[in-house]
Amino acid sequence: MYTQALDSPEAAAADERESERLERFQARIDRDEKIEPKDWMPEAYRQTLLRQIAQHAHSEIVGMLPEGNWITRAPSLRRKVVLIAKVQDEGGHGMYLYSAAETLGVSRGELIEQLLSGRAKYSSIFNYPTLTWADIGAIGWLVDGAAIMNQIPLCRCSYGPYARAMVRICKEESFHQRQGYEIMLTLSRGSAAQRAMAQDALDRWWWPSLMMFGPSDAHSVHTAQSMRWKIKRFSNDELRQKFIDVTVPQAEFLGLAVPDPDLRWDESAEHYVPGPIDWSEFHAVLKGEGPCNRERLEARRAAHGAGRWVREAAAAFAEKHREPPHAAPAG
Amino acid sequence: MNEDWVLYEVFIRSRSGLEHKHVGSLHAADARMAIEHARDTYTRRQEGVSIWVVRSSDIVASDPAEAEELFEPARDKVYRHPTFYAIPEDVKNI
Amino acid sequence: MSAASESVRPEPSAEDRFEYVLRLADTSLIAGQRLAELLGHGPALEEDLALGNLSLDLIGQARLLLALAGRIEGRGRDEDALAFLRDAPDFRNVTLAEQPNGDFGATIVRQCLLDAWQLESYQCLTGSSDRELADIAHKAVKECRYHWRFSAGWLARLGDGTEESHARVRTALESLWRFTDELLTPDALDARMAVCGIGPAPALIRERWETRVATALAQAKLERPAHQHYPWHGKRGVHTEYLGHLLAEMQCVPRAYPGATW
Ligand SMILES: [Fe+2]
Ligand SMILES: [Fe+2]
Repeated sequence: MYTQALDSPEAAAADERESERLERFQARIDRDEKIEPKDWMPEAYRQTLLRQIAQHAHSEIVGMLPEGNWITRAPSLRRKVVLIAKVQDEGGHGMYLYSAAETLGVSRGELIEQLLSGRAKYSSIFNYPTLTWADIGAIGWLVDGAAIMNQIPLCRCSYGPYARAMVRICKEESFHQRQGYEIMLTLSRGSAAQRAMAQDALDRWWWPSLMMFGPSDAHSVHTAQSMRWKIKRFSNDELRQKFIDVTVPQAEFLGLAVPDPDLRWDESAEHYVPGPIDWSEFHAVLKGEGPCNRERLEARRAAHGAGRWVREAAAAFAEKHREPPHAAPAG
Repeated sequence: MNEDWVLYEVFIRSRSGLEHKHVGSLHAADARMAIEHARDTYTRRQEGVSIWVVRSSDIVASDPAEAEELFEPARDKVYRHPTFYAIPEDVKNI
Repeated sequence: MSAASESVRPEPSAEDRFEYVLRLADTSLIAGQRLAELLGHGPALEEDLALGNLSLDLIGQARLLLALAGRIEGRGRDEDALAFLRDAPDFRNVTLAEQPNGDFGATIVRQCLLDAWQLESYQCLTGSSDRELADIAHKAVKECRYHWRFSAGWLARLGDGTEESHARVRTALESLWRFTDELLTPDALDARMAVCGIGPAPALIRERWETRVATALAQAKLERPAHQHYPWHGKRGVHTEYLGHLLAEMQCVPRAYPGATW
């Protein structure tokens, strides 16, 4: 705002105060102090956080849909309760994250409006379809695996409410990947048809999982500033590499082939080197041209629209039945 | 018509004998619903034995801009801490 | 189930016990499956989590009860064989449980009427002469108490909310009421199980259910619909068309790959 009136002496003074504040802010971050909602923060920091947290929240909520698609068809009662609990957890994660975003001054209603209108982004992985039961295994193993890789460093993010939400989320995530791998293990030790199902799922989910870490560092717009602010702790490529290194041996244990003919082990670097990622697909899916973009948003809109009269009724009921203050002493 | 629910802050006592601790927030239309949502959201893994919910708008918070005058004056009152006092080692039970 | 009649109690047949446990098991299973359909599609994020919890409780009850039924039957069928490899006429759930979710109002009305019945049934079953069944009931009754708290709370909000919400739940209540006949009308098996001390006295369930539901309806400013005769009872294997579709979806994977483990 002050940049518009740079000539006036008041503005120059304000400018100096601003740069001092920025310096003090950065110093706090460098000391690993947490920033809390009411603390002063640069507008760009607030916006970056808000965008990241909201995207993350939307991803959790939209992420309930592809897996929710198999709840009614889970092949055993044990698998069914596990999947319900897992999808339910993702809903909880969305809640924690919307709450964290709300501390930055935007209501959940507004954030959901941004999602439903198509203005907000969410993780492109959830725009792929779940076609067989094996996809539930592959999602838990690969998608949750990649998410955990991304999320663990965020537990140390500089913004207090986000970091606390991530601690809670990471605790809950710990069973998600394991249940997915267990499904893959059972399938890969099962009949030929089950093995084929598992391989097909890996074939379809491998590359989209790698893309979950975002564009390569060379093309990532926000990385440098976010790292300085400790909103981000590792670069996209670093995390992607880590994921590949831990996941390839897990695929080998399953006896499944990673669908990358160029994948090789680099002895000297002690890393797996993957073949080139098809970023045109990533950008297409992000732009809304993925296989299920329409269906996912439609499902969210339908739920939100169908729930309106319910939310209104509850609000109206509460209005009629205002509980008297101090009904019971807290104890 | 109004469809927005109220923001509540949730406090959970994780075991009897411990204090309630802030764990997060949620939306609910009324207090009873807030308790139920807190139960369904924040105690699914046996995290609690008691729940408090408070409307976020009812919380009065100190202003971070006043942090200096509120909290710095306590810094030099070292005499409030037991380690401030030198007692010979031979003196027991003190 | 009084101790005085202990000495004169007849022994129930294994067939009767199997059939009776299946009624409870299938009712929980089918209701749990219905609620699971809603996960990710509820009216608010918080309700998604709540509905998920209800579903998990119900399917959890079903697993314990199906395992018990399998042991009683003694033919080596486990919870999954019973859940996934039986056809609709072999299911013994009450018809109310299989009714579609409809709008949130219909879901709440169905749950409310069913929760009241499950709550009172399990409450009585904690004193069952069948120890295993009593143990399961002890666990289930706590869950059902919460389910009732949830659904009755919502019935009040919707019934006494807006004009639209009132109209919606009233319509749902009118259309689902006919299925309550089955909950409260004992058949020969109910009567035999009561005599054996395994099941509750049907009159007791009716009385308690009526009281409970009447209170909830009054709080929701809803009128109790007139009695509707409906003698086609799911607990005897006579279902509505909805069950076949629910099972086709639920059972499709294990049936497509016979003998596979998952
Ligand atoms: Fe998650
Ligand atoms: Fe997850």
